[in-house]
Amino acid sequence: MHDYAAAAVQGALDAGASYADARVVEAATESVAVQNQDVDSVSRADRAGVGVRALIGSSWGFFATDDISDSGARRAGEQAAQIAKASASVPGDPMDFADVPVVETTYSTPHDEDPLAVSTTEKVDLLLAVNETMAAVDGVEIARGTLSFWVTDKWYANSQGSRIQQHLVESGGGFSATAVGEHEVQRRSFPQSFGQYETGGYEVVRAWDYLGNAERIAEEAAALLTAPDVDERQTNLILEGSQLGLQIHESVGHAIELDRILGWEAAFAGTSHLELDRLGRHRYGSELMNITADATLAGALGTFGYDDEGTAAQRVPIVEDGIWVGVLSGRDSAAIAGLPPGGMVRGDGYNRLPMVRMTNVGLLPGTGSLDEIIADTDDGVVMATNRSWSIDDKRLNFQFGCEIGWEVKNGRRGRMVKNPTYTGITPEFWGRMDRLAGVDEWVHWGTPNCGKGQPIQVAHTGHSAGPARFAATRVGVRG
Amino acid sequence: MTRAQDIADRLISMVPPGIEAETMVATGNLALTRFANSFIHQNVSEDGSTVHLRVAVDGKVASGAGTRTDEHALRRLVDQTVAVAELQSPDGSWSGLTAPVAIGGAPHWDEATAGADPATRAQLVREFVAAGQGLSAAGFCSTEGWTIVYRNTAGHGAASRTSKAVLDGIHQTGTSAGSGHRTSASVTDLDAAALGASAARRANDSAAPFDTKPGGYEVVLGPEAVGTIAVFLAVYFFNGKAVNERRSAAAAGTAQFDEAITLVEDACDPRAIGVPFDGEGTPRSRVELVTAGTTNGVTHDRKSAALADAVSTGNHMYGPNTWFGPIATNLFLRPGGASPDEMIAAVGRGLYVATFNYCRVLDEKTLVVTGLTRNGTFMIENGRITDAVSNLRFTQGFADALGPGRVLDVGGDDRFADSEFGSGVTHVPTVRLASWNFTGGASG
Repeated sequence: MHDYAAAAVQGALDAGASYADARVVEAATESVAVQNQDVDSVSRADRAGVGVRALIGSSWGFFATDDISDSGARRAGEQAAQIAKASASVPGDPMDFADVPVVETTYSTPHDEDPLAVSTTEKVDLLLAVNETMAAVDGVEIARGTLSFWVTDKWYANSQGSRIQQHLVESGGGFSATAVGEHEVQRRSFPQSFGQYETGGYEVVRAWDYLGNAERIAEEAAALLTAPDVDERQTNLILEGSQLGLQIHESVGHAIELDRILGWEAAFAGTSHLELDRLGRHRYGSELMNITADATLAGALGTFGYDDEGTAAQRVPIVEDGIWVGVLSGRDSAAIAGLPPGGMVRGDGYNRLPMVRMTNVGLLPGTGSLDEIIADTDDGVVMATNRSWSIDDKRLNFQFGCEIGWEVKNGRRGRMVKNPTYTGITPEFWGRMDRLAGVDEWVHWGTPNCGKGQPIQVAHTGHSAGPARFAATRVGVRG
Repeated sequence: MTRAQDIADRLISMVPPGIEAETMVATGNLALTRFANSFIHQNVSEDGSTVHLRVAVDGKVASGAGTRTDEHALRRLVDQTVAVAELQSPDGSWSGLTAPVAIGGAPHWDEATAGADPATRAQLVREFVAAGQGLSAAGFCSTEGWTIVYRNTAGHGAASRTSKAVLDGIHQTGTSAGSGHRTSASVTDLDAAALGASAARRANDSAAPFDTKPGGYEVVLGPEAVGTIAVFLAVYFFNGKAVNERRSAAAAGTAQFDEAITLVEDACDPRAIGVPFDGEGTPRSRVELVTAGTTNGVTHDRKSAALADAVSTGNHMYGPNTWFGPIATNLFLRPGGASPDEMIAAVGRGLYVATFNYCRVLDEKTLVVTGLTRNGTFMIENGRITDAVSNLRFTQGFADALGPGRVLDVGGDDRFADSEFGSGVTHVPTVRLASWNFTGGASG
């Protein structure tokens, strides 16, 4: 397959490109969804093709084809160069392209069980059993479980001589119970909303106790229908880990993308409240806040060997003791900013242009436990499992909703509350983080549905997090 | 015979006797030229094919998809999908294949759009950028053309072509942005200079905004904001699966909306984008979702229709994500006669909102949504725009906002509007609403 990638690169060079890189990608996806006792869908998709990127002057062109042949790949390279020439008709400033070491190497996701070799029958049976347990709880109308697996082989070549082969394996899933009232829908999910995904094989699914949590999840969904709404007020907010993971994703991960900071996403995803000249000085949050972008974390969803520009996966400090110190970057954006390339450029399949994407952007743990945080809180609300997420185009003004909450009074977890929401402004919110649990409650939460780019691309990202407390936060916003 | 027809025929011929199977094949090209900081920074194009296959073996259902179309790959797709199906339990909700039926409607197709080259898109970008007269421009211009073919083992087949061209961009000052959007089946309909000038004017008008207090405001919503409301109604409210599961509050025959609202799903409207059949080969029906304020119908695929004892409206969404169910993708909100200026003139004190951003549902049944304003928010006082205001957060029931007595005007400026879920889906005008619940300002 490397020969086809090389043919695409050569096609682009012969057509006038000064630099080119190409990926041949074979991606197999399996998804299983079971709703109540019906097998809602069992599907397998195999997508393959070659995508090539050509640079002429400071202008890029990208072309993709599903024709994996020598002639098809060469033609793709030529097309990419032609597109780059058209880009040059509306040019930007001269641009550098940061060097990275030329390598010939391979990488494979460590895993125990090939998820595609596990029978679909076993997967369906697991979800049917979970659904049966949930459906037995009064008030649960919809029991639904899903599992998804991605096995991706990539052959990368660039005009500087790098040749990289990667075999990436990602697995996971989850389930939810939905209770429907006259004027409301309440849902509980496990391990988190949209499921929990990690790099690894079927052992990822086995590691989460689906059956052992099904009844609790169903009972909570049913109980929410009669629970009171969370009161609107300012109070201590205690977030469980998966919601904190999404909070990191939305209010840190996207904000530190260098392409956003440079304005490249202004019309769609937006820009960032961060300004490069404040790097190393801007206070992002309290001194408890230490964040890294680490593409080498074992098992985390944003882990790989090399990014789609041939840059090695690496661990980059992002926030240290509350101060913003790092960004997510690629070879072109890093060169513009005068920073080393971060190895964070990935494309969604063969037919999408690689762009800056989160790897594993996560918090480093603090000390103590959720129980200790609650015991240390006179008044507050615990919120768990994301239900809605919205943030402005600068990643400042956010509002999140969770599936479930509990009041905290005098150091004790009290009654369940429904429709818990909270809202804030990014640096103020992170500045009020005054408790952060320790490593024993840390999870590499996975986000399998991060959208960005036009045409839209979906990336898989990781966010290490555990429970944390935020003082004086506005909760209970509703329509 | 087109390449897509050849692939579909070959695939169906490989299905063993006695097995129900259907395929949807798409072949074509998508090209997108993206610009930021007033230059083209990303420029992509792809030629490709996608083959979807769904089989039912004695009611045991599985689906597969692929991009390879050689004999070996198609054979593997069939064998693999059948093998997976044979291992499953019967799907009690499998509603069988679509019987042969005539498919009406002329293709929404423009040859020049499907074959547009990068220079054509670059020229449109250049004109949009130039119209800003030095403002910082960002956005994209895309062109695409697809041939889509459906075949099944029950003898039914359908084929059509569709093209789409989109120009979507903003101009930015240091403190504001203004947007412009056009979607059409034909690239020649995109007037980039006019669109760029309009976006630049709004950017300049909304510069140096002030923070206004959150609360309830009368609003004039531009087509992009209205398009987002419409698409949320399509996904969560007029969705037959959601109705079956009681997650939607839609109640046929009930006056749930203002009588100024008539909302129609119509893939055969001459202005529509897309093909006149769905992923199950069912003709896309014209469905009056709302007629003069009364909920009239919802969208169905074969599965949701069978459960509701109804007929599929041709709104099956193919792919592995079956959670959402049948969704309207050709929405037309019937225009009124007012111009945006006339609507603004009728407001004592309120806000004009061009675009919503990052909207998410808090509760499916009440359809309470939170999101923000973007690309131009203005204070209206005594019938005229007085100041630009900073973006606001809202938390608002979308169906409730269009409820009886709450729609004060529907404009005559209907067009394809961008929406939270993409372009070419909603064709809507500006509307004036009695109240919109803003729950936070720029500073929280």
